Amino acid sequence: MTTPVAPALPTPATGGSREAPVRRRRARPSPSERRERNAALRFISPWIVGFVVFTAWPILYSAYLSLTDYDVINDPTFVGLDNYREMAQDPKVALSLWNTLVYTVVQVPLYTVVALALALLLNQAARSAGFFRTAFFIPKMTPPVAVGVLLLLLFNGQYGIVNEVLSWVGIQGPSWTTDQDWIKPGLVLISLWTVGSAVIILLAALRNVPNDLYDAARVDGAGFWRRTRAVTVPMISGALFFVVVINTIAGFQMFTEAYSAYFGAGNSTYRNDTALFYVIYLFQEGFQELHMGYASALAWLLFVVIMLVTVVQLVVSRRLVYYEGEQR
Amino acid sequence: MVRRRGAAAAGTSMVVAALALTSCAQGTGDEGADVDFSADGSPSGELSVMGFGTGDEIGEVRYDRATQDLEGVDVRLAEGELDIQAFLSAVASGNPPDLVYANRDQIGTFASRDAILPLDECVDAEGVDLDAFVDTAVEQVTFDGSVYGIPEFNQVQVTMANADLLSAAGLTVDDVNGSDRDAVTAANEALMRTAGGTLSVIGFDSKLPEFLPLWAKAAGADLLSEDGRTAQLDAPEVVEALEWAVGIYDAQGGFPAVKTYRDSADFFGAGNQFATGVLGAMPMEQWYINVLNESSPDAPMAFDAVRTPGGDAIAFASGSAWAVPRGSENPAAACRFARLMTETDAWVQAAQARADARAQDGLVFTGVLTGNEEADEQIRADLVPDDAPQPWQDAIDAMYEANDATFALPANPADNEFETAWQDAVNRVLNGQQEPADALAQAQDEAQQALDDAWARWDEED
Repeated sequence: MTTPVAPALPTPATGGSREAPVRRRRARPSPSERRERNAALRFISPWIVGFVVFTAWPILYSAYLSLTDYDVINDPTFVGLDNYREMAQDPKVALSLWNTLVYTVVQVPLYTVVALALALLLNQAARSAGFFRTAFFIPKMTPPVAVGVLLLLLFNGQYGIVNEVLSWVGIQGPSWTTDQDWIKPGLVLISLWTVGSAVIILLAALRNVPNDLYDAARVDGAGFWRRTRAVTVPMISGALFFVVVINTIAGFQMFTEAYSAYFGAGNSTYRNDTALFYVIYLFQEGFQELHMGYASALAWLLFVVIMLVTVVQLVVSRRLVYYEGEQR
Repeated sequence: MVRRRGAAAAGTSMVVAALALTSCAQGTGDEGADVDFSADGSPSGELSVMGFGTGDEIGEVRYDRATQDLEGVDVRLAEGELDIQAFLSAVASGNPPDLVYANRDQIGTFASRDAILPLDECVDAEGVDLDAFVDTAVEQVTFDGSVYGIPEFNQVQVTMANADLLSAAGLTVDDVNGSDRDAVTAANEALMRTAGGTLSVIGFDSKLPEFLPLWAKAAGADLLSEDGRTAQLDAPEVVEALEWAVGIYDAQGGFPAVKTYRDSADFFGAGNQFATGVLGAMPMEQWYINVLNESSPDAPMAFDAVRTPGGDAIAFASGSAWAVPRGSENPAAACRFARLMTETDAWVQAAQARADARAQDGLVFTGVLTGNEEADEQIRADLVPDDAPQPWQDAIDAMYEANDATFALPANPADNEFETAWQDAVNRVLNGQQEPADALAQAQDEAQQALDDAWARWDEED
């Protein structure tokens, strides 16, 4: 199968000829343009200052710290690439990366499919859509720490409601919160607690799909599934891609729910490596062991991993994602 | 021209970045090298305190008393547990609180990183009698020969059991106090119950990972050498202790099953695991006696100290301490405040307030372990009943017996890493990932490496 390529359009600069493009000097801005530009800069300067002080500078400084031995109190000592070498030999780095990867690979597709299914259902609702939209979104307001505690309550193997429901159909549920084979599935399932935000995004996209496309498909004899596959999904692929990218990044940064459930006050001594996600390990190294230089190096590795994954997603998206008005 | 301007901008940016990078790395330097703890006359000024909370009468009475005594000092208390990150950042930025309240097992790390000051001069200036304190508490705040904290409170473990379950199985508390491991193993199997394939009564809870040091010490092994420099995690006694304690869980379907059931209990309420008869016995810190006494005074309890094979009481001590951060602007007031909070009269007044409050509620005053032996003795003699109704009198006796038989891990510069190493080892065994000997061998390497690195850094700086 080949991808149709849109014919190259003549550009105003070349007029369609093969002559070399002419570089034009940019016109000097007029006084009024300069005034406008300066006013705009003044308006956005609070954001620029905030960005430089609270985002750009910490990023830059953490790059420097990743090359030092720094315990938060005493002066950082430059150690070159030692932290990165140590990471290569640290089994917990590999373990936490693996845990994070497995979680993300399972969570993102499941989360997206559930969000899409709920959005499709909600799209069918007429008058009650507003109520359900609110109902789906309310759990998103739950603080992540509370979601971690909720996980322990809902998924407790002895009295949790999840196993209670499973028992109604004759299934003896596992020890979700203590059995290492079931800890990650439990975390994946509890992540669906906040699926409402993705539902709202996808629902908005669904509402923008032109009805005449569905009408045409119906005329051609397409049923619900066929219409969903051939019309709905391609038309909302931009929103779906957004949900996937955002959730992938969130998956790699998984911290609060897992930390509060498995490393927080209730588990000050008992820990399960199955729930040791990368950012949790980073936090432990930086803020508990006071190895802030090493933690900075860990943070940069995570940045590189997320960047690579996002780039791959962007490249793949060029073949799979359709944006309205786009010419192919 | 444009090029030159760009180059200049790039150069300026680099200089600014370099200056900023180096300027941010402040460190603590030599601040506080010559600290004067003696307040000629009365201390004055402001005293900021971090990490302490006046949550109950024991805290409130002592705090009120100390602030009244420090009349000319404006005491500012940021209530709540010590936030280590906030504290260390404050020290690093040169703007620390004047006094902090920390766990004793954090003192070694803080001291080794120069975050807190040695208090030997403070002790002399205020006439603090360290001999009056529990020895192990003082050991925990003594790092490389200097005292870095004024200790307070002492947590010890006591054996707690459900007397009805013991009696029904033909057992006594002597069978579950740890003096005979085989007896505990047998009692565990006799007490535990399952219903429909799941645990319905926990026989014995060996309280891993946190009580490994207790079981190891009961078998005669210390996890760390006396000088705090050598890990001893792979000693045969430690391996055997872990094998035995894990075996207790294995006999009940494994640790996940026990923990799942344990987590379902209403630990602080009237439906706690002893009151509802779903736990045979466990060692637990003494504060839980008060919880049981308040929430389920009629629960069929039996108490004893935790005991060694020789029958002697034993307990793994922990507690808190007052420490003065490097850079404290009012060390004299901080030192005075720490002394006032921990002196015998303060504890006795606070204990009196608690005894009165409990009498008003019709509850037994079971005592308070202060970390100050002199205060403990006076409180027990004057305020704690010696004829309290059973089983609470047994609880009181067990608690004070345990308080006289404590041990602690010595302060060292890698407190946290050491603790993480042995706790991770226990967790790997509990999660079925490793055998006890392998897990502890790995932990030994990790812990020793952390200790070597930390001590090397300290010795170099020293």
